[in-house]
Amino acid sequence: MADDDRPLSPHLQVYRPQITSVLSITHRATGVFLALAAVLLTYWLASAAYGPDSFARAQSVMDHWFGRLVLFGFTYSMFYHMCNGIRHLGWDMGWGFELAKLRVTGVIVILSSFALTVMTWMMAYGQIGKL
Amino acid sequence: MSSNTPQRSRQLRSKLGHVRGLGSSHEGVHHWWAQRMSAVALLPLSLWFIFSLISLTGTDYHAFQIWLSEFGNSVFMVLFIVAMFHHAQLGLQVVIEDYVHSELWKMGMLLGVKYGSVLFAASGIFAVLKISIAG
Repeated sequence: MADDDRPLSPHLQVYRPQITSVLSITHRATGVFLALAAVLLTYWLASAAYGPDSFARAQSVMDHWFGRLVLFGFTYSMFYHMCNGIRHLGWDMGWGFELAKLRVTGVIVILSSFALTVMTWMMAYGQIGKL
Repeated sequence: MSSNTPQRSRQLRSKLGHVRGLGSSHEGVHHWWAQRMSAVALLPLSLWFIFSLISLTGTDYHAFQIWLSEFGNSVFMVLFIVAMFHHAQLGLQVVIEDYVHSELWKMGMLLGVKYGSVLFAASGIFAVLKISIAG
């Protein structure tokens, strides 16, 4: 702490990205991103508490293409964090530490989070008759 | 540890400290356990939330108000808000503790996240109550 110029070791860059490390940092990144989603949910609920006009404004903000893009990112982050969170709970119970299992469950997390996100948006677009 | 290490030195912690199980942070596994508890609660609550949003897509203020006024929906939304901000606060705390090394910044950000999550959670809960009770 006294000397901030001390060399850091080992440098993160010397490691080849692997499915374990990439999924791990993505879990953190999606978690931080989802904290913003929580703030957006509060804004959405508060806008409804203020009345129909402010609710309509909030809805139009999220209906903008950029709003939809952010919501899509939130949806994916939520499903990713949820699926990988289940993987974490397995580890907490002592299950799935073997390398082979780590890779299989990692791939399952990636595939299922994408599938759940696409399914959700297809159902939402189906709901407004645009699918 | 080499095999000829004396048996005694394996446990440096006093017997009292061992029983208390609080470790170096003096709070034991409380943070870890709270993070898991809120995570498990968030599994069904998040799925309920996503399905609710799907069914609400394209509806107007009136429909939203009726939906949120239903007893079960109000309760689930409040629970979702509480579990989510609790979980977010615990998670952000770990991220800050890992990456922010300046004591001043770290303390400031930890307080900001803590107060912020309480502020947003309280606002969200009050909004749910106002919409569902006052209309």
